[in-house]
Parts: sequence; C-alpha cells; structure tokens
Amino acid sequence: MNAIAHDEQNRRSGGSMLWIALRVSILFIVLCGIVYPLVSTGLAQLLFPHQANGSLLKDKEGRVIGSELIGQSFADPRYFQGRVSSIDYKAEASGSNNYAPSNPDMLARTKESIAQWQKDNPDVPLDRLPIALITNSGSGLDPHITPQSALVQVPRISKLTGVPAAELESLVSAYTENRDLGIFGDKRVNVLKLNLALNEKLGL
Amino acid sequence: MDLLQIVIVIGILVLIARPLGHYVYHVFSNESNRTDRLFGWAEKPIYALIGLKHRAGMGWKRYALSFIVTNFVLVAVSYVLLRAQSGLPLNPNGIGNMEPTLVLNTVISFITNTNLQHYSGETGLSYFSQMAVIMMMMFTSAATGFSVAVAFVRGITSKGKTLGNFFEDFVKAHTRIFFPLAILVTLALVALQVPQTLDPTLSVTTLGGAAQQIAIGPVASLESIKHLGTNGGGFFGANSAHPFENPNGLTNVIEILSMWALPAALPFMYGRFAKSRKHGWVIFSAMMTLFLVFLVVSYTAEKSGNPALNALGIDASQGSMEGKEVRFGIAQSALFTTVTTAATTGTVNNMHDTLTPLGGLVPLGEMMLNVVFGGKGVGLVNMLMYAMLAVFICGLMVGRTPEFLGRKIEPREMKLIAIAILAHPFIILAPTAIAFLTELGKGSITNPGFHGISQVLYEYTSSAANNGSGFEGLADNTPFWNITTGLVMFFGRYISMIALLAVAGSLARKQWVPETIGTFRTDNALFTFLLIGTVLLIGALTFLPVIVLGPVAEHLTIR
Repeated sequence: MNAIAHDEQNRRSGGSMLWIALRVSILFIVLCGIVYPLVSTGLAQLLFPHQANGSLLKDKEGRVIGSELIGQSFADPRYFQGRVSSIDYKAEASGSNNYAPSNPDMLARTKESIAQWQKDNPDVPLDRLPIALITNSGSGLDPHITPQSALVQVPRISKLTGVPAAELESLVSAYTENRDLGIFGDKRVNVLKLNLALNEKLGL
Repeated sequence: MDLLQIVIVIGILVLIARPLGHYVYHVFSNESNRTDRLFGWAEKPIYALIGLKHRAGMGWKRYALSFIVTNFVLVAVSYVLLRAQSGLPLNPNGIGNMEPTLVLNTVISFITNTNLQHYSGETGLSYFSQMAVIMMMMFTSAATGFSVAVAFVRGITSKGKTLGNFFEDFVKAHTRIFFPLAILVTLALVALQVPQTLDPTLSVTTLGGAAQQIAIGPVASLESIKHLGTNGGGFFGANSAHPFENPNGLTNVIEILSMWALPAALPFMYGRFAKSRKHGWVIFSAMMTLFLVFLVVSYTAEKSGNPALNALGIDASQGSMEGKEVRFGIAQSALFTTVTTAATTGTVNNMHDTLTPLGGLVPLGEMMLNVVFGGKGVGLVNMLMYAMLAVFICGLMVGRTPEFLGRKIEPREMKLIAIAILAHPFIILAPTAIAFLTELGKGSITNPGFHGISQVLYEYTSSAANNGSGFEGLADNTPFWNITTGLVMFFGRYISMIALLAVAGSLARKQWVPETIGTFRTDNALFTFLLIGTVLLIGALTFLPVIVLGPVAEHLTIR
C-alpha cells in the first residue's frame, strides 16, 4: 500500500513537471523570441534612429546612395577601389570563397589581380602594393581599405582626373579614420566616403 | 599597438571576471541577497505563470529530465515555426519554408548552443524566425547550459541529495543575467551603428550608378545574445565579419568581452560554492594559461602571413588578410578567433577556412580540448572533470584513494567521467572517417589537398564541441551533412551533460572525508600545472595523428 501511494505521488509530481516544462517553454518563447526583440527594436528606433536603420549615406541632392558600412564596387578607374569581393559587393548576401591558403585558385586569382593592378598602375612599384587590396575580405562587403591601399592609388587617379597628387593625398589623410578610442582595430579609409568627397572635388 | 590592444582587452576581462563570478554565485546560491530585491518582483509572476509553486530541490535524474523535456518542447515548437515560416508574420522579404533536414540540423544546432549554420541568414530565415526561433533558442540554450553547470557545481560542493531546482535556475538565468545584459549590450551596439529594424532589405543606387540590395533587420538584438550566450550563429552569412554585425573595433571588443566574460567568471562562482576561492583561481589560471599559448600561436601565424602570397613580391607586411576585414586587422581578428573557439561561441569576424594552417590549428585545437573557458557552463564542467581525472591519476601514482573537495573519487565516478571524456573524440573522429569513406561526404570538400581533411575535421569538431564556427567553404547544406552533424551536436551536448549530472548526483550523496596532512592539495600552483598537463596529455593522445594529417601537413606544403 505504501509503495503504491509512493508511486502515485511520483507519477503525479512527474505529471506536474511535464506541465511546468511545457508552460516554461511557451512563456520563454514569447519573452525571448517576441517581447525582447520588439522592445529592443522600439528602444533602438527611439534612441538611435540613424544607426538603427543602417547608417545610410546621402549625396548632396539628398539621394540615398548606400550605407557607410557596406562596401560598393567601383568599376570606374577614376575612383578609389575597394578590396576584392567574390560576391561583387552584392549586399543581399555576404561571404567569400573561403579559399584555403594552399588553394591554387586563390593563388591564380591573386596573380590575376596583380597583373590587372600593374596594367592600371604602371607608375607604382609592385612592392608597394599592399596585400589587403588584393585579398578577399571575409564578408565580401568590407567598406574599408588601409590608408596605404588608398595612397598607392593616388598616382593613377591623379593622372586620370588631373587633380594634383598632393591634393588627393591630403584628401586620403582627411578621410583616414583612427583606431576606435585610438586603440582598438586598425586605421582605415572608408572607400565610399572618400569617393563621395572625390566626386565633389571633381564637380560630378 | 597590436600588442597593446590585445593586452587591454585581456586586462578588462581579468578585472570583470571575478566580481561577475561572485554576482553569478549570489544569483544561484539560493540564499537571500540583494539580487532578490532587484529582480524578485519580475520572477514572481513568471513562477505563477509556469505553475511552479514550491521550488523544491531535485535529484540529478529529475534535474536532467526537466531540462531535457524543456529543450524538447522548445525544439518541437521551433521545428514547426521554421517549416511554416513563409506563412508567418514578419516576413517582409518573402522567404520560403526551410527544407526538413536543414530544419532538423538548425533546431538541434541552436538548442545545443552550437549554432552551426548550414543556411545563410539573409536568404534562409524570415525576421520572425530570426526572433522567435534563433534569438529565443540563443537565450534558452544558454540558460540551460548555465543551469546544468550550476547544478553540477552544487553537487560536487554541497552536502545533500539535491542539485537545485532546474526551473528556478532556468528562470533566474534569464531574469538576473541574460535579459538585463542583453538589453544593455543591444543598445550599446546600436549606438555604435549595428542596425535594429523590421524594415525589409534596402534598395539603393550606388555612387557608381549600379543597383545594390542591402540586407538588414533586427541585427543588434541577435548580436548581443549571440555573444552573451556563447551561441555564435550570425544574422548574416558572414557572421561577425559582416559590417552590420560588427561595424568597428569597439563593437569587436564589446562582442569579445560579451562572449568571454561569463565563461571566465564561472570558475570564480565555483570558488565561492566550494568555499575556497583558491579553487576558483586554479581553474581560471589553467584556462588562461592554455588560452595565452593559443593566442600567441594564432597571432604569430596570421601576422607572418601566407608564404605563397608573400612570395609574389607585393607588400605583405600586414599579414594574412585573405578572409579578414581591414577595420579589425590582424590583432582584433586573431584575438576574436582565439576567444570564439575558447568560449565555444563559434561567431567569427574572419573566415576560419582562410586562416594560415597553423592559425587554423588554434581554433581546431581549442575545440578539441573544449576546456579553455568553454561555452555556457560547459567549459567549467569539463575542466572540473579533468580536475577529477588529474586527482585520480595522481592518486594512482602515490597509491592513495583520490579525493576531490573532500569526497572520494571512486570507480562509479571514474566510469562516468571516462564516458564523458571519450565521447568527445569518438563523435569527432568516427564521423570524420565515415565522411571520407563516402562520396556524400567527400563531395562537399572545396579546398584540395590536406586542407580538405581539415575542413571535414573542423566541421565535426565544431559540432561536437558545440562551437558552431566552420571552415565555411565546406558545401555542407546536404542531407548527409545536415543529419550527421545534427547527431554529433546532439550527442556532444547531452551525453556529457547527463554523465556529469550523474557524477554530481553521486558525489552529492557521499560522506565527506576530513582533510588531513596527507590529503593531496587541489588548490595550489602544482595542481594547476598537473591539470594543464592532464588536459594536454589526453588531447594530444587523441588528436595528434589527425592534426598532423590536416593543418600540419598543409603547413609543410606551403612553407
């Protein structure tokens, strides 16, 4: 009798455990999956609307021309160019080829980039070409290049646009962003912002 | 400057880990304290809603059953939501339903805190799925891991038969740790330019006159819990390398500290439970020592670059930049990689497939050891398991019954620990071998040569360690990979959790052995050293052959 009562009690509390498990799951699906993200969105839109909507950049006519965080492809050689992107800066997706360091395709792609670079920039010795400019970024959307990568493009752009090299160099240094808080990350140049400024200089 | 920024981040971590550990102790100690006044009001209605009337302690079996049933319900609901996402609200980009094996893989991946992703967020998930499935499981799986770790620590440190109440732990992990921190980090990230919106993909005309579609969404709210919960699944395919997920050096540091702080705090919480803060320091120092070794290898390998590219006559002084972002450079990339696989988060801010061979060995090695800080609770529990093993080995050497925290370690515990320790290499190496034997597995390798071995090995190691990062070149969205990695993630999580809860349950029932002059001390530098030795010994014995075949061989071919 005792044993049966014990069993019964066990089963009943087992039942209540399942019931609690079910209720706790449903409640936390609502709290974590619906309440939390909606409250976050509300607060973000209220406090930081510009950032929350993708840090969009406008040209001087007020047209949205992209996000300052998302790189763009610049085919025109008069513009500063960004890094290699296997997805050609198509920002509806992201990623890269994930080439291993030993992958022959990666080596072939890099050699091709170097050949193209030498054709477009005959005045710059090869040993000044920074590695960042001819490698694929992780996201395929890297909006930045290193300051050095911008400076080595100056002779080409100067020749094609007629803007004196010194002026372009000072433009690059004006658009060189420091490390965050002066410490974290690397120095970088936002290609889209730089080209926007170049555009204004050229009066395009 | 590289060195300085790394040292500062580690310095901040060391400063916050201890107070945070003490805070977590207060949350779970079940003694009245100040955190009750702050959060008690929010918990009362939650307990009422879930029908938890008295929060009685549970034995290990009941505790295990509670968390398994809860996880099962979460998985079942999530499965339905993903299969039906096209018809659910908040789908402005018109995303279709997910294919069944991919759904299976995804729900296991997120409930096990792995966050291996065989889909790409931009094209695979609606905003509703990102919220109600992905973010939800990021919270609940982290809270589950945390609760189990706390139960384990209670078992090995306290007298009594119970390990605590799972539902109470689960609720408190949310209300007192994850919710407040997640809201805080979300807002900080938005302020630093991470988007948070329900608007659909943006269409713009670029400066060059081309059309560009920019995927966007509620990114920041996912980003914060992704790191705090050591989850790691990205909103976008490129994960934290995507400029919207991680726009600058400062967000990178916030994300690193978010995923690192809680795992690093847990040893100190354990020290408080064990009423011996020195024990906390032993575990923390062992973890930190291993971490620093890995970090040095990672940074030097990436900084010295890829010899194949360095030979092309360009200016390669910056290091290996393939697959990395300019804003992070080598320092913030190497640090992120080392932390993400230490804390078993699996978020990436650079592509691990593109790492130099020795640089890629670092994440692989950390996931194989699975004790260098470790994900939500798991790392601490694994490290304690190794501590018991170290005590056992030392006991054998001097011919004394091994004791840990005043309890005898006997055959029953050692058998369970052996299961937990051996399950890990088994579920990595066996499927790796199977994948190589079949065309289904081999066909997905995208990088030729020895790197192909690393790709497959990495996928299963990451699944078993519940890390979730990938050598993403692997074409892994096929039924073969979805199902095999799904199983590996499942066993990787639940076998060790259950075995270790059983260890805790068995230790909790034991008589305490009084400490004497002959007791082997487990709270000093010697023991830290022995612990590191045990971890490395087991790791090397199991994994060295396959490491030689993968990363080491690749290194020798391009050197």
